[in-house]
This record gives sequence, structure tokens and C-alpha cells, in this order.
Amino acid sequence: MRLINKTPARAGAVFLAALPFIVIAIAYAIGSDIRLSANPQDKLLPAPSTIWDTAVRLFTEPDKRTRDILLWKDTWASLIRLGVGVAVSAVISLTLGMVIGLLPYARAGLSGFVAVLSMVPPLALLPILFIVFGLGELSKIVLIVIGITPFMTRDLAQRVLDIPREQIVKAQTLGASSGVIALRVALPQILPRLISNIRLSLGSAWLFLIAAEAVASNVGLGYRIFLVRRYLAMDVILTYVMWITLLAFVIDWALRRLSRRAFPWMEAGL
Amino acid sequence: MSFVQVRDLWQAYGDRSILERVNVDVAEGEFISIVGASGCGKSTFLRMLLAEERPTRGSIRIDGGEPALEPNRERGVVFQKYSVFPHLTVRDNLIAGQSFGTRWGALFGGAKAAARANADDMLAKIGLNHVADQYPASLSGGMQQRLAIAQALIAKPRVLLLDEPFGALDPGTRVQMHEFLQALRDETGMTVFMVTHDLEEGFKLGDRVLVFDKPRWDPHDPGAYGATITYDFDARDGGIPFQHLNPPTTKDITDAL
Ligand SMILES: Nc1ncnc2c1ncn2[C@@H]1O[C@H](COP(=O)(O)OP(=O)(O)O)[C@@H](O)[C@H]1O
Ligand SMILES: [Mg+2]
Repeated sequence: MRLINKTPARAGAVFLAALPFIVIAIAYAIGSDIRLSANPQDKLLPAPSTIWDTAVRLFTEPDKRTRDILLWKDTWASLIRLGVGVAVSAVISLTLGMVIGLLPYARAGLSGFVAVLSMVPPLALLPILFIVFGLGELSKIVLIVIGITPFMTRDLAQRVLDIPREQIVKAQTLGASSGVIALRVALPQILPRLISNIRLSLGSAWLFLIAAEAVASNVGLGYRIFLVRRYLAMDVILTYVMWITLLAFVIDWALRRLSRRAFPWMEAGL
Repeated sequence: MSFVQVRDLWQAYGDRSILERVNVDVAEGEFISIVGASGCGKSTFLRMLLAEERPTRGSIRIDGGEPALEPNRERGVVFQKYSVFPHLTVRDNLIAGQSFGTRWGALFGGAKAAARANADDMLAKIGLNHVADQYPASLSGGMQQRLAIAQALIAKPRVLLLDEPFGALDPGTRVQMHEFLQALRDETGMTVFMVTHDLEEGFKLGDRVLVFDKPRWDPHDPGAYGATITYDFDARDGGIPFQHLNPPTTKDITDAL
């Protein structure tokens, strides 16, 4: 039988999915053990048990001075920035994407501009953002917005253009105005795409968030990682990295579920 | 005066002529079948009837009105596919046929209930009431086209335009669709233009069959000349002519004398 026709059974598939994680965990445990047996003071690869103890401490023990649990404070601060940044991007890109996709005049005026804008490397603008918007929350949110909005706008505009011409004509023969076509034909069909766009953009959004927090902040997941880097606190860094990964995974999963729930018509044909 | 009046219609894309000198008069309530070779401009003609496109020359008037600049409620349409809204349930597609003309594209209160009742009547008539809450993608091709036709009709257009509406259906479903369309048409007396590549279908459903073809042909430049209506058959009574000559009445004879 050809390789392309061989499929794993369910149990096999679960095992294969777990395999890379198991391999990484074992490789790490072995590497850590080798280094620690050579030098018990080694900080580069802390033992898994050390990481676990650190994680428990970070999640449960309040800071001595402020009495806050820093990890939760960092998480809250970062998620707010991320959420506001992504929400603002979603609103802007949805509006611009619909306008560009539906109105030939807007398309003529804006599509080239957005295409060029999406080529600007956002991180290179970070110093400008700090100068213009200060070192507070605003510059971090603006970085996320600048970073992901152009891409989302382009994609949504293209999706609007991909709506079959027949549907747009049909709506007109039913008496729909431009506004009604936007609201009742384009928008509902573009919303699922917006959600998948957000899912795709979240990776970049995290990147921009952590970069901005690393450069100038006093709270946040990225700030903490770059702070403890000075003490080579690998156990803290690894805990934070795994925590961020888990958050990203859960957000992605929630968005996917939301999309399935909210847009049943997408799967009607399957 | 005729209901739909097409006068000296030309259409060219760049220097490629597609249609030239198309003239036709259609009475209210007539069913016009349009046939012709693939790519000869049948859909182009329909798009101009729809006012989705404007002709390079000439005009199309409905009931003596000014030529339309864009699609409007006078002209209903059903395409071969993509004619219903995938994100609306079957019932909501029919409600859309009544609500899209409003300010916000939605109805409220009593008007909403009336539109819903109207939609449910129509669903019963077209035999789709058992799938009212499903999405179009889960329907068969024939059911989708029935829905598309019903959606166009519920908006009460003056002219119904069909571009190969049954082109993607299997032969059995087609025959059912013919009966469905004939019944609806007998009931509404709607003026219909239907493009088809199936001659038999054209003659079966139409009162007249218009044939589009190129009367002139330049072998060195195939795009030089466009197609026009080369035949205009009377397709009533199974295509047997002279069934509708009115014998002169006594009054006609006395008037003539
Ligand atoms: N918007 C357009 N621009 C350029 N050429 C077009 C356009 N629309 C149709 N055509 C050409 O016009 C010819 C007639 O097309 P059409 O009306 O779709 O034919 P059909 O009779 O098969 O429906 C085709 O050769 C097509 O390539
Ligand atoms: Mg065609």
C-alpha cells in the first residue's frame, strides 16, 4: 500500500500526537540531569522538579512587598493589552475590509495604501511609538494594532471580493441598498473569516506584546521574563513560557469553538 | 406598446463585439427562452436586461420607463448557482426577499410576522416547509434552485430573469423543475426570460424561443462581429404555428368597408 494511503488507528493517532511532547520532555530531563550531575549549581537547565516547585510558588505565593501574586498580575496586565489591541484591530480591519471590498472608490483609494502599510516592519516603529505615545499602555496596544491590522484588513477585503457576484446582484434585485448589502450579506459571511484571522494573528500579537513589554514596562508576562533573565532564572522563564503557551492555546481553542457555535451555516454542507 | 422593449442593443468589451443590433419586443406575461452557442452572449444579454451592465449602444426599457442604471426590484434573477444566501436559513432567505428593501434590511413586529407567514406559505407551495430551518448548503441542487426562484418571486419583480437555472441539475430533477416553474408561472403570469442550452427545454417552457448567433463572421478576426437574434420562433402549442390567428369579427369587416 502507498504511504499516502496508510492511516493510523485512533489509539495510534493519540500516541503519535503525544510522541513529540514525550520526546522533548525526556530529552530535556536527560540534558538537565547530565548538566546538574556535572555541576549542581548549573542554572541553564533546571531539573523538572525544580521547575514544578517554582511554578507552584509563582502561581500561589504572593510577593513579600506588594502581597500580590505577581504571575496573576502579569497575566492580567498582558491579557488586557492583548485583548484591547486585538479587539481594536478587529474593529478597524472589519470596517476597512468591508469598505474596500464593497466600494470601488474606497478600493481605488485604499487598497494600495494598506498593501504598502502591511510591509512596514512594526517593531521598527516601536521607538517612534514610545516617543509619540509614551511608555504607558497606549504604545503597547498601538504596536499590536499596527502589527496585525494591515494583514487582517487585506484578507477581509479579499474575502468580501470573493463573495460571488451573483449574491450581490441578487440582493440588489431584492431592493437592498449598499448599506443593507454590507450589513446583511457581506458582514455575516465575513465574520467567521474575522475569527480565523484573529486566530492567525494572535501569534504575531503575542510577539509584539512581549517585545513591547520587554522594552518598557513594569508589569506583564514579557516584562517578567526579561527581568528575571538578568538572574538567569531559567525555572521562572520556563514556567512563564509554558504559561503563555497554554494561554495562547486556550484562546485559540475558545475562538475555534465560538466560530463553530456562532456560524452553523459554515458546516451545513459538510 | 410592448412591455419590454430592446432597441438597437450593442455590447462590446474592448474591441471584441459580443452583441450587435439586438431588437426585440416582449409583451407582458410572455415566457421567452433564449438559446445559442456557448459564449455567444446569452448571459451578457441577460446581464443587460438585469441592468448589471450597461450596453455600449441602444436601450432596454421596461413598461416604457427609463433604462435602468443598476439592478433593482423590477427585475428578479436566478443564476445557475450562488443565487441564495448561504448564511441564512431557507425561511430567512424568503424573508430576505421581503425585508432587504427596507432601511436596515430587517423587519420588526407585525411586518416581521407577516413576512414570516408569507414565507411559510411560499415554502408550503414549493414543498420546502420540512427544511425551513436548514441552511441552503444542506439542500439538494433542485431544492436550492426552487428556493432561489421562490426568493426572486416573493419580492414581486415585473420581469424574472433566469440564466441556465436548471443547467446543473440531473435530468429527472429538471423535469420536476419544469413543472414547478410552469405552475408558478401560470399562477403569477410573470414575464420571464430564460437562458438555456437545452433546446427542448426552451421550446417546452417558452412562448417564444430567441436564437442568438453571429450573422457576420470574419475568419481573420473572430471578435470583430457580435451575435444577434437570428430566429424568433413561436413556441406556443408545441411549436405548431398559426394557432392564434384571430378570425375577423363582423365589426372588423364593417370597419374595413
Ligand atoms: N466582463 C467581460 N469582459 C470581457 N469579456 C466578457 C465579459 N463578459 C463576458 N465576456 C465574453 O463575452 C462572451 C459572451 O459571454 P456570455 O454572455 O457569458 O456567453 P453565453 O452565451 O455562454 O452565456 C464570452 O466570449 C465571454 O468571454
Ligand atoms: Mg452563460
